[in-house]
Order: sequence, then structure tokens, then C-alpha cells
Amino acid sequence: MELIANGLLEAARRVVTLDPDLVDAAAATLVVSGVATALAILTGVPLGAWLGRARFPGRDLFLSLVNTGMGLPPVVVGLFVAVLVWRSGPLGQLDWYCTREAMVVAQYILAAPTVIGLTAVAIQSVDPMLPIQLAALGASSRQVLAILVRETRLLLLTAAMAGLGAVISEIGASLMVGCNIKGDTRILTTAIALDTSKGEFGSAFALAFVLLLIVFAVNALTTWAQQRQATS
Amino acid sequence: MSGELLEARDLRVIRGDREVVRADRFAVMEGETLAILGPNGAGKSTLVMALARLLPASGELRFRGVKVTDEQAYRRRIGVVFQRPLLLDRTVLENAAIGLELRGASRRDREARAQGALARVGIVQLANRRARSLSGGEAQRVSIARAIAPGPDLLFLDEPFAGLDAPTRDAAIADLARAVRGEHLTAVLVTHDRDEALTLGDRVAVLLDGRVRQLDRPDVVFATPADPEVADFVGVENILPAVVTRVTEDLTELRVGEQLVETTSLPPAGETFPLMCLAPDDVVLSRGEIASSARNQFAARVVRVEPIGRRTRIVLDCGFPLVAHVTRRSAQELGLRADERVVASFKATVPHLLPRHRRN
Repeated sequence: MELIANGLLEAARRVVTLDPDLVDAAAATLVVSGVATALAILTGVPLGAWLGRARFPGRDLFLSLVNTGMGLPPVVVGLFVAVLVWRSGPLGQLDWYCTREAMVVAQYILAAPTVIGLTAVAIQSVDPMLPIQLAALGASSRQVLAILVRETRLLLLTAAMAGLGAVISEIGASLMVGCNIKGDTRILTTAIALDTSKGEFGSAFALAFVLLLIVFAVNALTTWAQQRQATS
Repeated sequence: MSGELLEARDLRVIRGDREVVRADRFAVMEGETLAILGPNGAGKSTLVMALARLLPASGELRFRGVKVTDEQAYRRRIGVVFQRPLLLDRTVLENAAIGLELRGASRRDREARAQGALARVGIVQLANRRARSLSGGEAQRVSIARAIAPGPDLLFLDEPFAGLDAPTRDAAIADLARAVRGEHLTAVLVTHDRDEALTLGDRVAVLLDGRVRQLDRPDVVFATPADPEVADFVGVENILPAVVTRVTEDLTELRVGEQLVETTSLPPAGETFPLMCLAPDDVVLSRGEIASSARNQFAARVVRVEPIGRRTRIVLDCGFPLVAHVTRRSAQELGLRADERVVASFKATVPHLLPRHRRN
């Protein structure tokens, strides 16, 4: 019990004094996961919207692959990206191994299937007559998609939130391609793992508290936005 | 009415291996309201979707004589109102303005025109309400405003009032008639309701099994249906086998059951055994013989009395089976009950003769 109590006290001290290591890890987490999620939304929403509407041979297989992608093990993604950006790998000339760029790529691969899959489901949930009505109003295919995306914005917000949730708490891929470099690629999850392995529970608790705080803040913000739209 | 606004040639819609709609030639005249009348499953909506180029169909469409090749450009000249309003999660004004927004109109322009359209369907006061908070009737009016706001040359209305309660429906029909006639809009109205087709249609196309069986003025369609199935659908309940016994210059004498019937209708060419069609509304019932111009008067026995809405359906036996429709009040005043004796009469101008077998 003393171990836990001391850890919590140390955590409180670090949070209150804005410990530089804690701030660095939190900032790196927000940047890496934020950029990866933003990229996943930017590419995944249009792709998911198209996938939700389009009919082509192999669509079911493609959707199955996307759904499988939602459950990709982070270490497998980490391994794949590490091999890609390894000095002698296909993208070795980018020199991204042990960088935030590599972490963004890995987290993007983890988040994108979730955003694509949930967007496709959201678009499919729309009344099938609505796209026909929009076409009848003179909408182009692109305008139809844009309006459907706007109509399903509450569900898409959930997709975005799920995408962020898929990456902000992962550790395997980030550790493997980011190398957990202090002040650079060390994010909250990798820092927690490291401090725990060293028995520095106070620091680990502080990091965990901030991670939970970020997750809560993002979810609270999203829920507020959803409820505001739902009742407006 | 002037020239043809829309013309379809060899229009075909195929589903699986079934031809669900076929129109060799179908034209909508400028300024008219054309009612497409048919039972559920006849292919009315499919025909409209094909005419609006909203589903794959073979054949050619000509709009003001020009072949339609750019479907999106064509759809920006038409408006379509479906059975369900299909509104967006926006305000009423934004919904009414969406067609103009898609055409790139400025905010000021689209709001002004959408307001005008809302005023024409009587709901301008709802402009700032969220669409999802509207009643069914209000929502359908918004969908009509949305369709007319861009000023379409042709408006398709696919059973827009089918889901509404009777008073709301009547009010919506009146508003629509005002909006369509007030702006001299050309409209194609799909309906399965004969009264709606009669109220709104300048011409009526009867669609059965995906084929236009008859296209003419409502009075012509209802008085002289083209074939027994059309007759049956437009409410001509008396379709009786007859034998031509004599044809003079202005009258045809028929044997129907045990009676002789006179009609001014000529038998179809070469038909000795036509079908005689007689609308139940054209049969007059009385307690005794009446002095009237009706050449056909028969003593009849009431077989059955069936209330249908505000009217009463009387099934008679007058040497041949005959159905008459009278108001409930008339039925009460005449004391119509089963086995009562009455006189059934109808004018010689009323019966319409059809070939016994449909000619394609």
C-alpha cells in the first residue's frame, strides 16, 4: 500500500509542477496521435463514404479487409512499418526510423480502417432514397457524398473518436518504430511502460493520469458536440 | 397546352429478366398536369424514375425536342417529389434552398427564392424550424417547396400525398394545385387515387403491368376506358358480356342477360359479342318508373346494400347483374334493402362498348 501511496503522491507532485518529461510525453502523444487521426479522417471519411455507396465486384471482400484492419495488432503494424522505414528497407532513404513520422505512419495504419469502416456503416445507414432525392435535385455524385457525410456527422464523429481511441492508447507500434527517445518520440504509453519497468511508479502514475485525462477530455468534447447537434 | 415538353421513345426498364416498364412513346405536353394512374405495383414510380433519369433505362428522352445526354443538366431542369419528404437535418429554409445551393446560387438569392417557394405552399412561417420537428403534412410541403424553388420546367410528383391523413391530404392537394396552376408548371403526378387524378390531371395515363394502356383527358378515360382492365381500374364495375342485336345510324341495341339495352356507343369493329361497360355512378335508382330521357329502364331486385365511405354500393338483379352507387342519403330515402324492388335506369349515352379481348 505504501508503494501505491508514495506513487500517487509523486504523481501529484509531477502533475502540479508540470514536470518537463511529463509535458514532453503528453505533447508528443497529442502531436503523433492527433496528426495520425487527422490523416485517417481526411482520407478515411471520403474513402468510407465512397465505399458505403459504391457497388463493385469484390466490395464485400474489401469491406471484410477494412473490418479486419480495425483489429490489427499494433505490434504487427509496428513490425511492418519498421521493416518499411528500416535503413535498408523500401522507404529507408526517408530516414524515418525512430522518428515521429514513422510513429504517425504506424498509428495512421491503425486508425484508418476504423474510420473507413465506421464511415461506410454510417453512410449505409442513410435512407437509400435520400441519394436518389439529391440526384433528382441536380446534385453531382460528389455533392451527394458531401451531403451524406454532413447528414451522418454524428456517426462520423463517433468514427473519428474511435480512430483516436485506436491509437492514443497503443504502445507496441509506437515503441517499435519510434524507439522511445526521450524528448522526441517518447509518448505517454511508451513512457509509462519504461517507468514501470524501472520501478518508478510515481512517474508512471503521473503519466497514466495525464493519458486518462486526455482520453476523457477528447471523449467529453466529442460527446458534448454530439449532444449539441442531436438536440439542435 | 402547347408542344411536347418531354418525349420518351422506346423506354424500357428491365429488372432481372422482367420488363417492368415499357413505353413505346410517351409525351408530356408543355403546361399540362399529366396524372399517371395505376394500382400498386403497376410500375408508376419506376416510370417516373426512368423519365427523371434516376434509374437505368433504355430508350431515348427528348426535352423540348433535344435529346437528353447530360443527365445532371437535365435533372437541374426538373423537380421530383417522392412519397416520403426525405428532408435533410437542417432548417426548413435550408431544405427548401438545397436545390439552389447545389446549382451554386448565392446565399441571398437562394434564401429569397426558397422563401417564395415556402410561401407558395403555405408554410413560410416554418422557415426557421428544424425539418425534423415537422409533421408529415408540413414535411411534404417542404419537399414540394424544395422541388419548385429552383423553378423547374417539369415537376414529377410520385404519390406525394399517399402518407397523409385525409384533411391534411386535401389541403396539400389544394395547395399543390394552386402552386402548379398558378405558375403554369408542367407536372407529372403519380397516383393510385382516381379522385386525385380527376382533380389534378389535365390528362390521365392509366398504367397497368408497366404499360400505358390509355392516355387521354380524364373524362374520356373514365367514360370510355380503352379495355376491360382499364375500365375495372377506373371504377367501371359493370363490365357485362353483350350481344349486338341491331345497329342503326345512331343506336346500337344489345342483349345483356335477359334484357335489351340501347346505347349510342358503336360496337367495336366486327364485334358481335362486345363487353358493355357502365359506371355505377351513371345508374339512377327510383321506386317506380320515372319520366326521363333515360332510354334504359329496368325493374330490378336489390341483392345487396354495401356502405362504402360516403356512398352506398347497391348490387341489383335486373335480368343482368348491375351495380349502382348512390349517396347514403339517397339509399336511406329510397329505403334500399335486400329484396326490395326498384327501377334502375341509365341513359343510352352512358354504356361504352369494348372488344371482348384486348387488342395489342
